[in-house]
Amino acid sequence: MSGPSDTLPEIGSIEPNQHGYRTFALGGFGFARDEYFAHVTWPKGRHMLPVDAFLRALQRDIAWGFFYGIVNFDQVIGTVNHYGSVDLFAGRFNEHYRRAKLDHSERFPTPKIQRVFEAMLDDWTNAGFDPFASPQETGLAFGPKNGSNKAAITRHRVTARRMIGAPGDEPLRSDDNGFPVNRHFRDVPQDRPEVIAEPGFEDEVVAFNLFAYLSRSDVTWNPSIVSVCKASLYCPTTEEYILPVIHGNDRVEWFVQLSDEIQWEVEDRETGAVRARVTMKAGDVAAMPADIRHRGFSPKRSMLLVWENASPELPELYASGTMPPAPVQF
Amino acid sequence: MDQHTTRFGSLRHFEKGGVEVINDDARNYVFSNIFEVAGRSKPFEKVAVGKNVEYVIEAIRVEGTSGWRAPAQDEFALVMDGEVEIRLVKLDDPGVVPAGARGSIAIQGAPAGRKMGLVRARRGHMTLLPVGAAYQFHAARPGVILLQTLAGADTIERWADICQTSPRPRA
Repeated sequence: MSGPSDTLPEIGSIEPNQHGYRTFALGGFGFARDEYFAHVTWPKGRHMLPVDAFLRALQRDIAWGFFYGIVNFDQVIGTVNHYGSVDLFAGRFNEHYRRAKLDHSERFPTPKIQRVFEAMLDDWTNAGFDPFASPQETGLAFGPKNGSNKAAITRHRVTARRMIGAPGDEPLRSDDNGFPVNRHFRDVPQDRPEVIAEPGFEDEVVAFNLFAYLSRSDVTWNPSIVSVCKASLYCPTTEEYILPVIHGNDRVEWFVQLSDEIQWEVEDRETGAVRARVTMKAGDVAAMPADIRHRGFSPKRSMLLVWENASPELPELYASGTMPPAPVQF
Repeated sequence: MDQHTTRFGSLRHFEKGGVEVINDDARNYVFSNIFEVAGRSKPFEKVAVGKNVEYVIEAIRVEGTSGWRAPAQDEFALVMDGEVEIRLVKLDDPGVVPAGARGSIAIQGAPAGRKMGLVRARRGHMTLLPVGAAYQFHAARPGVILLQTLAGADTIERWADICQTSPRPRA
């Protein structure tokens, strides 16, 4: 892998290609799109992804701040978060590319890769396509350049400091502030907890309906922080169809299925070799070990509680073998 | 036709998924079910169903009236089943929680302090259990809380009893 590249173009090409889209470069990587595909090139290879899948993955990578660990766009392309810098790779976590020595990886300061990714997402997302929405709730990504959808790709990222609905914290969702109940959750009760605070304690006796809050989520596969217990973060999300990335862990991650069902394909993080299939139904709890990657499938929109430990020292402890990849030994 | 039914679980009815091993050990996934765990627990046992270094999530069967507890940091109680009354008291002496304590500690008898109020919470409702306060749970009928906290002296870990260990889920 080469060292951090600090000589990136601020934006992509000035002139659009024949399909109306700009091309972009990041170090030795090149990005172009046509009516159906995103094309990625690097010094030793090239790759094509369906552009709708590419934009859905790109959207999550940007919105999550490159998330915890590895965001595989597919079996070839992705990013590794080093929390201050980011590796962009091709074939790095694909056993066959590695064996053929066709893999490539470059490290970039986070603000630079983020700026280029954001510009690419903005230019390549047409009017009517929302990369955060489920397939049934959005238009198509395909075709020649057709406007933009900046509102959809620059949504506010929910990061509660203490708890949703606490004084001064992230607000509740309602019809009035633009969050109607999702079509799959019309049967979810919208009642509120009964809160009786004595005078002077109105700001400390706090509760809200998390399930109603989630029923009004307008995005899929987008964990957002709703409660903070030191470095323990509750990051629930609503899921429908397929997780647009294959998430490779750099720490243990936990899932609590709050409603309905998700099936997870679990693979070895380094090679992609299949390890297990995990089916989660309402009330099920499962860990995702620190050495795997996973992709979820949700036939109906469901509520998933993603539970993270945001302690910054964890990636090194797992990478060095100081901590075992599974969270509990029994 | 655009009609969907959202499926939640409860003590009385839940379905459980599981791990289908292809090349792994099912124990790596620490797979359990909150309702199954709470269904087999005594009232107010704090049974860890997830552990992430010092942090835990605990499944708590709520039935009757609990003793009082004081958290060493904010905790969050998510009701997964039933209706739970959560009573809060502002501690006159927050020092009853020793420095360096994790999770929460049990308080003998009633805590000394002013009543802050109460929350009546049902399925899906999340309540802040603030540091500096003491709390008590009450439920007329069995319910379940999922508690976001740190592992403390009263956290129960019985992983081999609650987790899938075989390569396939039990039919």
